[in-house]
Amino acid sequence: MTQHPFIRSLALAISLFGLTAQAAAAKPEPDVAKVLQQSFKEKGQAGLDRLQQDETQAACSTGKPVQPEAAAKIIATNQASVRDPADGQYLGDWKAGEKVAQSGTGRQFSDDPAKPSGGNCYACHQMAEKEIAYGTIGPSLKHYGKLRGTSEPILKYTWAKLYNAQAFMPCSLMPRFGHKDILTEQQLKDVMALLFDASSPVNQ
Amino acid sequence: MKRVLSYLLLSVFAASASAQEIDPTAESRELMGDDNPAFFWETRGEALWKEARGPKKANLSQCDLGLGKGVVAGAYAKLPRFFADTAKVQDLESRVLTCAETLQGITPAEMLKVRFGNGDDQRSEMEAITAYLVSTSKGAAMQVSMKHPKEKAAYALGEQIFHYRSGTHDFSCATCHAESGKRIRLQALPNLTAKADAQKAYVTWPAYRISQGELRTMEWRLNDCFRQQRFPDLQYGSEAAVALTMFLAKNADGGVLEAPTMKR
Repeated sequence: MTQHPFIRSLALAISLFGLTAQAAAAKPEPDVAKVLQQSFKEKGQAGLDRLQQDETQAACSTGKPVQPEAAAKIIATNQASVRDPADGQYLGDWKAGEKVAQSGTGRQFSDDPAKPSGGNCYACHQMAEKEIAYGTIGPSLKHYGKLRGTSEPILKYTWAKLYNAQAFMPCSLMPRFGHKDILTEQQLKDVMALLFDASSPVNQ
Repeated sequence: MKRVLSYLLLSVFAASASAQEIDPTAESRELMGDDNPAFFWETRGEALWKEARGPKKANLSQCDLGLGKGVVAGAYAKLPRFFADTAKVQDLESRVLTCAETLQGITPAEMLKVRFGNGDDQRSEMEAITAYLVSTSKGAAMQVSMKHPKEKAAYALGEQIFHYRSGTHDFSCATCHAESGKRIRLQALPNLTAKADAQKAYVTWPAYRISQGELRTMEWRLNDCFRQQRFPDLQYGSEAAVALTMFLAKNADGGVLEAPTMKR
């Protein structure tokens, strides 16, 4: 097919226009971090430093599924952050763990920083069957230990998952409870016991 | 098979029965019937709107909310929008602050002396005025403009803020509000990126919150979500607050305004 010169130049003009439009779209977006710094004020324990993203947070803020290369980087960085319990003991007291799982306070500007934070597990997960006020953002953890047993690998995996959820699932919605110092090592052990202890309500 | 089916039916029934039992607003709603205490905020807000106040001893009736000076009805359905006089995109609340300053000489700091009421002795003028203005748009369909480049930019910025993960818990708005059919504890979470949910959520704010005995506006809703996100304190009428409101309002386009409503 031979193209008329006019059609060719029209096509060229259109593609040039397309390029200009693309260039316009690619011009720097409003700097969201800067706008946030100007739009928030420090209050209580929540300073403006809370608005500064780490690499993982930034990679998970696109509103689109994370790409394989970025995903691999997130997993590597977060895997490296996991610290096993100093004494090698993964399991604490499930009764204390249930309290951690029920409590949603901690780290909000309205919270007393001197009081321990909760894990608020029930906000997103089903756990003990008797607790019907559970959320559905995360998967059900009912019978967690009963279904999986208490072998070293599953204990190690679950500890790491609680410590840093992004070590396994890039851009997981779950907070990184150990990595971000939300829960103490003892609290993490107690939640582990809630998940694994045979007498824990989670496994009834 | 039959047994499985009846078990399923039973558990569905049991789930709905238990959800009803713990609905904290059921009793209150039964007592109040169709009466919404938001009415008291609307009345107080209308009086504040029409009262000559401030150093200029003027009322707010000449305020331009986007449909021309003095036009109140229907204005909220088209907000946020670009205003030439401030060269900014503004939501209802930040526009009221502008009008109070220019027409009455009352500074934003003065207007926001009580930013959010406490359901008791500390009353917010902004909550009352907002309740009044929104009530005059009841029944209007949301129709937010994207014509001005700054309106488009505000929407794009709002979308970025919606997905911005940060803080101790890595939360963004999207953590709880970007998937359909989810709930936190027993509270259903609207997917604010999906039209039907976004409309239903947006058109029902402001609302009288039974649990707080207080009328809450969109500025409060956003501030309190960020508190739970473990972010610092979102400033009233700030660029981020307006941009996020723009994102939510535009996603709710076509939704018919019901506010002020009554919520748990």
